[in-house]
Amino acid sequence: MIRRILPAAAVAAAALLALPSLAQAPAKAPLKIGFVYVSPLGDAGWTAQHDMGRREMEKALAGKVVTQYVENVPEGPDAERVIRELAQAGNQLIFTTSFGYMNPTLKVAAQFPNVHFEHATGYKTAPNVGIYNARYYEGRYLAGMVAGRMTKTNVAGYVAAFPIPEVVMGINAFARGMRAVNPKAEVKVVWTSSWYDPGKERQAADTLISQGADVLTHHTDSTAVVQAAEAKKVYAIAYHSDMAKYGPHAQLTAVTHHWGDYYTKRAEAQLAGTWKPDNVWGGIKDGFVSLAPFNPVVPKDVQDAVNKAKADMVAGKLAAFAGPIKDNEGKERLPAGKTLTDDELNKMNYYVEGVQGKVPAGK
Amino acid sequence: MLRFEARPAPSRLATLLSPLIATLATVVAGVVLFAALGHAPLRALAAFFVQPLATRYGVGEWVLKASPLALIAVGLAAGYRANVWNIGAEGQLTVGAIAAGGLALAFDGTTSPLLLPAMFVAGAAGGMAWAAIPALLRTRFRASEILTSLMLVYIASLWLQLLVHGAWRDPEGFNFPQSKLFGAAALLPVIVPDTRVNAAVLLTLAVVAAAWVFMQRRHAGFEMRVAGLAPAAANYAGIPESQTVWRGMLIGGACAGLAGVGEIAGPIGQLMPSVSPGYGFTAIIVAFVGRLNPLGIVFASLLMSLLYLGGEAAQLTLALPSAVSGLFQGTLLFFLLAADVFIHYRLVRVRAVPAGAA
Repeated sequence: MIRRILPAAAVAAAALLALPSLAQAPAKAPLKIGFVYVSPLGDAGWTAQHDMGRREMEKALAGKVVTQYVENVPEGPDAERVIRELAQAGNQLIFTTSFGYMNPTLKVAAQFPNVHFEHATGYKTAPNVGIYNARYYEGRYLAGMVAGRMTKTNVAGYVAAFPIPEVVMGINAFARGMRAVNPKAEVKVVWTSSWYDPGKERQAADTLISQGADVLTHHTDSTAVVQAAEAKKVYAIAYHSDMAKYGPHAQLTAVTHHWGDYYTKRAEAQLAGTWKPDNVWGGIKDGFVSLAPFNPVVPKDVQDAVNKAKADMVAGKLAAFAGPIKDNEGKERLPAGKTLTDDELNKMNYYVEGVQGKVPAGK
Repeated sequence: MLRFEARPAPSRLATLLSPLIATLATVVAGVVLFAALGHAPLRALAAFFVQPLATRYGVGEWVLKASPLALIAVGLAAGYRANVWNIGAEGQLTVGAIAAGGLALAFDGTTSPLLLPAMFVAGAAGGMAWAAIPALLRTRFRASEILTSLMLVYIASLWLQLLVHGAWRDPEGFNFPQSKLFGAAALLPVIVPDTRVNAAVLLTLAVVAAAWVFMQRRHAGFEMRVAGLAPAAANYAGIPESQTVWRGMLIGGACAGLAGVGEIAGPIGQLMPSVSPGYGFTAIIVAFVGRLNPLGIVFASLLMSLLYLGGEAAQLTLALPSAVSGLFQGTLLFFLLAADVFIHYRLVRVRAVPAGAA
């Protein structure tokens, strides 16, 4: 066996030494911007939306920026190497688009003090590391209103990945939106323990439908839930991306993510030399989160009500988590007249009224 | 008409030619693949095999990624030689990481130099304990260790998730599912400056050497090889099957557990919902590409690691989609294993036989 492998290495080495070595392009204008993606590029989902943002930025700043990305980078020891290589390759601004890249981003940032980093969904910053995230829950609240008006069984099904605050927040906002227009509405949750697993997501969706849910939504990365709804002739509210083509009859609307404006703004700041680490949590008002066009089956008065709520949110007159807030065991979590602070939102580990069950592993 | 005919003995010439054929076939297939997709073939090949190793840091990453693969594969190979099919190294790695990580968190803030060795002991014990379950099920109830060890992977992964989502979650971490970062006493020292190569690489080398001595020179290793080559003869010679199963599973489990410690005490530095990008499964491929031989496994792990780094480099410099990298990696492995056919078989020309005559 040793004999078998050694010549392979020798041959490979000899063959490759003959090749011309790669010339590294010098890091001069246009500005080089790097992206790290956690999943392969698809046409829907978390990474697809970030890549859409990258392309929008490239278009808006045509000629002034060039971008590079590495897709399908697991959260773990590999992330640090990829981020470092992007910095080494002359990228001056690097967006790392998954929570698990937080510590690797900080480690690399310490080694490249002149490179600027932006980490999505984390909470640690540094002089050259900013963070950004979106208030997805605002879109969830509006989507919940649609679901609350469209359901006949008063049961919505929610396929969710992991019980982290961001996901729990989305479930609660959805339930609150539903109950704002339909006090009898209930939300059932099934956990998949995976961000991307079309098989499990499909199974979870089927389970929820068999338990009476006639509107489904999801906090997972595939299109399986929308497709399940389409097949079983119930409604769905998609997440991350507009998935109308996967469920032309099922999808009522979608809670969509939009990063293009933000990426453009940050690249402009970098070009102008005014980049500073920031902590941005943008919502409906900032254009980070939006709703996809309504399905024609959504009646006009429902569309109007949701659009009005959206305008109120932008104007600051409506909040998804305004008191009084009771959890689903009847305990008051927030008195009337108050609104949950960002810190309280980030520690959310209970279900509000209308959600069935208990948050797993919640303390 | 051509047909394969078994050789009476493995061909020495084919043994030498096999990797050559595989390399050539891969290069040709790669050139066709890259050209068809509109990429300069030579630049793509260079991105795969040269660029990752162009810097000291790159070489460090190469070794760093190969190390856990080699460590796990060597452990698995000891079992595979004896027909003990441990598919669950990923789970044993995870339990090893849980055991060692628990220790690191329990003694957070200590400066004792004993913490790190204790973590490795705990990791090996954890991996062995997890491997002991399929061993017990196989020896007691004749349950296939292929299925039980694989199913235990998912259980181990759920345990880890339960812990990092709950009891071991960083209290300062805004409820995000990961543990505190380990203290300095729980982290492996970097042994090559300007890289991430840490002391776990030395451990891997020591285990590889020990595995070679065990399989080639020790009586127990001989017994296990006999059990794999000729189970009936082994039985007749008084080598109990259960002993072989236990040895094979425990060695594999210990190595996987150690690899888990190397990851969390090395490049990761904390517990996360997942502590391995599938090393336990990739190591199965490594074990077979390395022909279950410790030294072969070292080369195979370096090859797998290089392919992985090359895939990243190709994305970076050529914007090659990761799916194309995957395709190319699969092609290489296919040729590597397929070319082995020529060692044990030869192509012979046979005259066409009229249908029905046979």
